[in-house]
Amino acid sequence: MSASAHSVIEPSATSKRVAGAIVILYAVITMIPLFWIIATSFKTPPDSIAYPPKVVFTPSIEGYCNLFTTRTRQTAEYIQSLPPATNFCDETTRKRNMVIAGQSNFLPRFVNSLIIAFGSTFCAVFLGTLTAYGFSRFKVPLADDLLFFILSTRMMPPIAVAIPIYLMYRELGLSDTALGMILLYTAVNVSLAVWLLKGFIDEIPREYEEAAMIDGYSRLQSFWKVVLPQATTGIAATAIFCLIFAWNEYAFAALLTSGTAQTAPPFIPTIIGEGGQDWPAVAAGTTIFLVPILVFTILLRKQLLRGITFGAVRK
Amino acid sequence: MAEIRVEQLRKEFGSFTAVQNSNFVVEDGEFFVMLGPSGCGKTTTLRMIAGLELPTSGRILLGGEDVSQKRARERDIAFVFQLFALYPHMNVRKNIGFPLLAQGMQKAEIRKQVEEVARLLRIDHLLDKPVSGLAGGDRQRVALGRAIVRRPKCFLMDEPLGTLDAEFRDLMVHELRELHNRIHATTVYVTHDQHEAMAMADKIAVMNHGVIEQFGTPQEIYDRPATMFVADFIGSPPMNFLKFGATLARGDRKVGVRGAEIVIPELREDAGEAEYALGIRPEHIRFDDASRLRGAVYGAEYLGTTQIVAVETADGMLKARVPADQTVKVGEQVGLALNGARLSVFEKASGRALRTALHDEALRSHAHG
Repeated sequence: MSASAHSVIEPSATSKRVAGAIVILYAVITMIPLFWIIATSFKTPPDSIAYPPKVVFTPSIEGYCNLFTTRTRQTAEYIQSLPPATNFCDETTRKRNMVIAGQSNFLPRFVNSLIIAFGSTFCAVFLGTLTAYGFSRFKVPLADDLLFFILSTRMMPPIAVAIPIYLMYRELGLSDTALGMILLYTAVNVSLAVWLLKGFIDEIPREYEEAAMIDGYSRLQSFWKVVLPQATTGIAATAIFCLIFAWNEYAFAALLTSGTAQTAPPFIPTIIGEGGQDWPAVAAGTTIFLVPILVFTILLRKQLLRGITFGAVRK
Repeated sequence: MAEIRVEQLRKEFGSFTAVQNSNFVVEDGEFFVMLGPSGCGKTTTLRMIAGLELPTSGRILLGGEDVSQKRARERDIAFVFQLFALYPHMNVRKNIGFPLLAQGMQKAEIRKQVEEVARLLRIDHLLDKPVSGLAGGDRQRVALGRAIVRRPKCFLMDEPLGTLDAEFRDLMVHELRELHNRIHATTVYVTHDQHEAMAMADKIAVMNHGVIEQFGTPQEIYDRPATMFVADFIGSPPMNFLKFGATLARGDRKVGVRGAEIVIPELREDAGEAEYALGIRPEHIRFDDASRLRGAVYGAEYLGTTQIVAVETADGMLKARVPADQTVKVGEQVGLALNGARLSVFEKASGRALRTALHDEALRSHAHG
């Protein structure tokens, strides 16, 4: 083939550059809010509400200090009488005529989020995998109707059933409990998990299990030793989707949790500073809130990519 | 190793009958091939022997023990799948050792046995490779290794050469038969390829629509097909049929086809008046200008030592296998002489072969055997 001949499959250099530029532009636009949040978390409260907005500013971790602590206003004399500040947080707080009174609720709320999101993801993926395997491999009576029923639970926005669930949870004593939130998010996610995983498990030829069963293993052993290792891609992708939903869910969390079981999403916007919303602290909470999902997604990014395109590519 | 006995085996899927009351015996150490077109029930039969499907009725005995309703893992059989079903997340060594692991064998012993089998199959250099990178033939060998390693009562193979390319298939046919000669394992092999069946089998069962049409040695099946289906399915090109109506009786040695008298092996039964078909293998036709059975040459297919000449007669196309050096011209009128000692006569309505002197030989050889 001569150098001037162009391939019908391979895009030309120019179109690749144009495509690349569009992708980068799009990525920058979508990431501006993210950058803005991270930048705000490092601003001081006056900088965060300055007009016109400050793009260049002196970074401070005051937002993070305020996120994790509660503070009280004291007289200048009292502050003078204290021993010298031992860390940056103490120092900045005192400059604003306040002292640190204790820990804020952010950490326990963040831990609630971790427990509820990972707990419900585990339950949804566990139940989803078994259910999907059952539908994929056995003759289930009314299988199509059951699968449609499972899918139909996603056909209305979950929040539409908020009031009945609120009443049920109050009766059952599940309001403001981690168990209640895990059950709720599992129930919402399990339909997605079943459908996604059924696709993945359908792709695994039955011959593998049959071979294992002939080789002397029970069905459960074959499932564990042969099917599961091949379904890891699908399980990982499903887990990410479930986790993202449970992690980000705001409406039910705001409605059903208020104290001990409250998750981070309804807590973060309630962080109030002196004289209104403490924006750097809110931004700091949001930034920290992004980290687990970011780490989880980066760890499983290959599986996620395959999860998005599943069915389209043969192994 | 063990004998496999199948009695009145039947499998229905809803209203569809996949296998209808099959009976056969695979002797200990025999290489048995189930041959038939796709959808004939051969794979279903094999899966029932394996325990991957349960029969609707009938019995399967492995070494005298009734296993009809037992689970696959309790039957002590090995199965080679068409797509090999090598576990993709394990390397070659782990794949071959997987059945031994199920038996709870010690690690060192597994290692020893896996290496022994790998040497037997000449794949010992591949043991630590992942199975995904293997060539078709090596995958095949690993699948065989996984079957051999546990010394099962019998081997079941479901079209194991179906996915290999033609050149490689011939090599594997040879290798499989050689392996069988060495380890004498009772083997049930399913295929739709008559060449594989002919080349490897001690016994063949030809199946169609869930029915075993004929059970016998490759020679019996080729020389004395029991039905028109078998005659047509086996042989390339398949058997020629000449249709005629007649009244046939025991002792007849000739039939009339459109005025031409054709010598046949002596009939051993009364068949009455019906439509019949005379079955002629291509190699039992030669050119003879004196013959009254005539036709025009339609085309010739050169095969090296022989050629297949298609001749258009008043009764349809006949294909003759003649020496390659015989010159034939398309359109030329030729006379066809048939080897009277080797013809089969079928009842056209049922497709069944009539008993003739051809079957005497079979009786004699059975008596000797």
